Amino acid sequence: MTEQVDTGRRHFLTVATVAAGAVGAAFAAAPFLASWKPSARARALGAPVEVDISKLEPGALLKFEWRGRAVYVVRRTPEMLAALKAVDSRLRDPQSAQSEQPDFARNEARAIKPEFLVLVGVCTHLGCAPLDKFAPGDVTVSADWPGGFFCPCHGSKFDMSGRVFKGVPAPTNLPVPPYKFVSDTRIQIGTDAGNA
Amino acid sequence: MSSTSQTTAGTTGGRLGALQKWIDDRFPMTALWKSQVSEYYAPKNMNFWYYFGSLAMFVLVIQFLSGLFLTMSYKPSAAEAFSSVEYIMRDVEWGWLIRYIHSTGASAFFIVVYLHMFRALLYGSYQKPRELLWIFGMLIYFALMGEAFFGYLLPWGNMSYWGAQVIVSLFGAIPVVGDSLTEWIRGDYYISDVTLNRFFALHVIALPLALVFLVIAHLMALHEVGSNNPDGVEIKKVKGPDGIPLDGIAFHPYYTVKDMVGVGVFLILFCLIIFFAPTLGGYFLEHANFEPANSLQTPPHIAPVWYFTPFYAILRSVPNKALGAALMGVAVLLFVFLPWLDRGKVKSIRQRGPLFKFFLFSFAIAFVALGYLGMQPPTPSFTMASRAFGAVYFAFFLLMPWYTSVDKTRPVPTRVTYHAH
Repeated sequence: MTEQVDTGRRHFLTVATVAAGAVGAAFAAAPFLASWKPSARARALGAPVEVDISKLEPGALLKFEWRGRAVYVVRRTPEMLAALKAVDSRLRDPQSAQSEQPDFARNEARAIKPEFLVLVGVCTHLGCAPLDKFAPGDVTVSADWPGGFFCPCHGSKFDMSGRVFKGVPAPTNLPVPPYKFVSDTRIQIGTDAGNA
Repeated sequence: MSSTSQTTAGTTGGRLGALQKWIDDRFPMTALWKSQVSEYYAPKNMNFWYYFGSLAMFVLVIQFLSGLFLTMSYKPSAAEAFSSVEYIMRDVEWGWLIRYIHSTGASAFFIVVYLHMFRALLYGSYQKPRELLWIFGMLIYFALMGEAFFGYLLPWGNMSYWGAQVIVSLFGAIPVVGDSLTEWIRGDYYISDVTLNRFFALHVIALPLALVFLVIAHLMALHEVGSNNPDGVEIKKVKGPDGIPLDGIAFHPYYTVKDMVGVGVFLILFCLIIFFAPTLGGYFLEHANFEPANSLQTPPHIAPVWYFTPFYAILRSVPNKALGAALMGVAVLLFVFLPWLDRGKVKSIRQRGPLFKFFLFSFAIAFVALGYLGMQPPTPSFTMASRAFGAVYFAFFLLMPWYTSVDKTRPVPTRVTYHAH
């Protein structure tokens, strides 16, 4: 036994202890961090919902809740559908290439049946609920407004297919949720059946 | 050591003196009092701007006490939160007063802290050797922002709800992990009961605890380096034969008495608001928050409470989600780097040159203007104005290394300016 301190050994033991302690702390932290994820109950409450669209008039909007978020169903008039093409040049993503939707909705009308538009009513900017401003030329939006959705929070604008205009904060088109027609008058939201 | 503590005890002879000695033998009570209060020497020329540090501590205590009593009647669940706040307002004895103290205290906290921070800009209080003191202060500010944000969801009004929705969605702008991160923060697919419950826990336990530790660290750093003053003179450079700075006076009684005057004036204004204008026309309590949270209906005009609007205006002025969120984050974080952005040889505005005065004045105007614009609807002309003032805001920080190094400054005096009263 020497009187001298073996500093190399002491350093090694210090580092080993700290490292082992850090690994232990990380494992101990994991359950606490994971407890913040959606619980089993929250996940179960995210089940599909069904809505009746038989009483929806042309040009009108129906709002309902799915996973706590607003889902919009709009019964578009032939004029609204005819006007979609005209705004293409003012849109950021007219073909919905960068936006979130089931494959069946990757078209101009962004819908299974062009007459019925189904959208998640959550602005892709910071999550507010866009307002329906369907009247063309609505001066509360702008004089050359072609009609569509307007987010009151930060001024994002979307057309009658929920496609985002250029020069607004929202990066992508309003999402289309997965949905299918259960019958001619009932839509089920939350089940992806693209070939419905 | 024990003899000096006897002299402080002075009049407290007899039994009380014996008790003091009994405690001091077991806990450094008298030593702490002396080192932190009665023998902490602060510059004798501290002016009006130096009220706001002690006032911030005073408001913190107000918030602790009023908040503690609010939790006794508040229910942190989506089903009951809104009605439990109404219950506090209508049915709990004096509940309206306790709640208005707490809601007014939140705004008062930010008023006091913004003035406290502006003082640091005026007199260069963030400069060497006070960089860590400044950083602790900034951490307090960030904790305070978190505290205000979490607390704002608790009444579960519609503005609470959508305010939380917008701020949490900001994290969605982070590439790759953004969406799962927002889901993790919310604990659900939307702002729900789960979110409310965890924000309550953070608001009443985690952040207040962090605030207390940070305030202690802030004060320890302050008492280590000593207070700055309006002349930017380091008073420790000129000491008397007793080792006490010639320009220093004991914090107690001189500044305790001064700060009591500040507390008195503050309380007059504070009470005027609580009793006569508790919502302050929608600035302290937003009108849209008087209806319950509705996940399907965004209020027609959404804006955060006034203390966040300067940053909100910057966020809104950028027509790109990721860039807007990033710029807003940078706008808040830039303060932390002030000690290194400032290349000036002098601290105080009294010796600074015209360039610094111009940029600081422009910054103050831009901050207030952005605060105003952040409350307005996002019309094109307001958005353009926000961009212009946003540019001024960032110029203050980013051009600082340039204008502080070329600015014409005056020499720093060796002694502080002081006129006996």
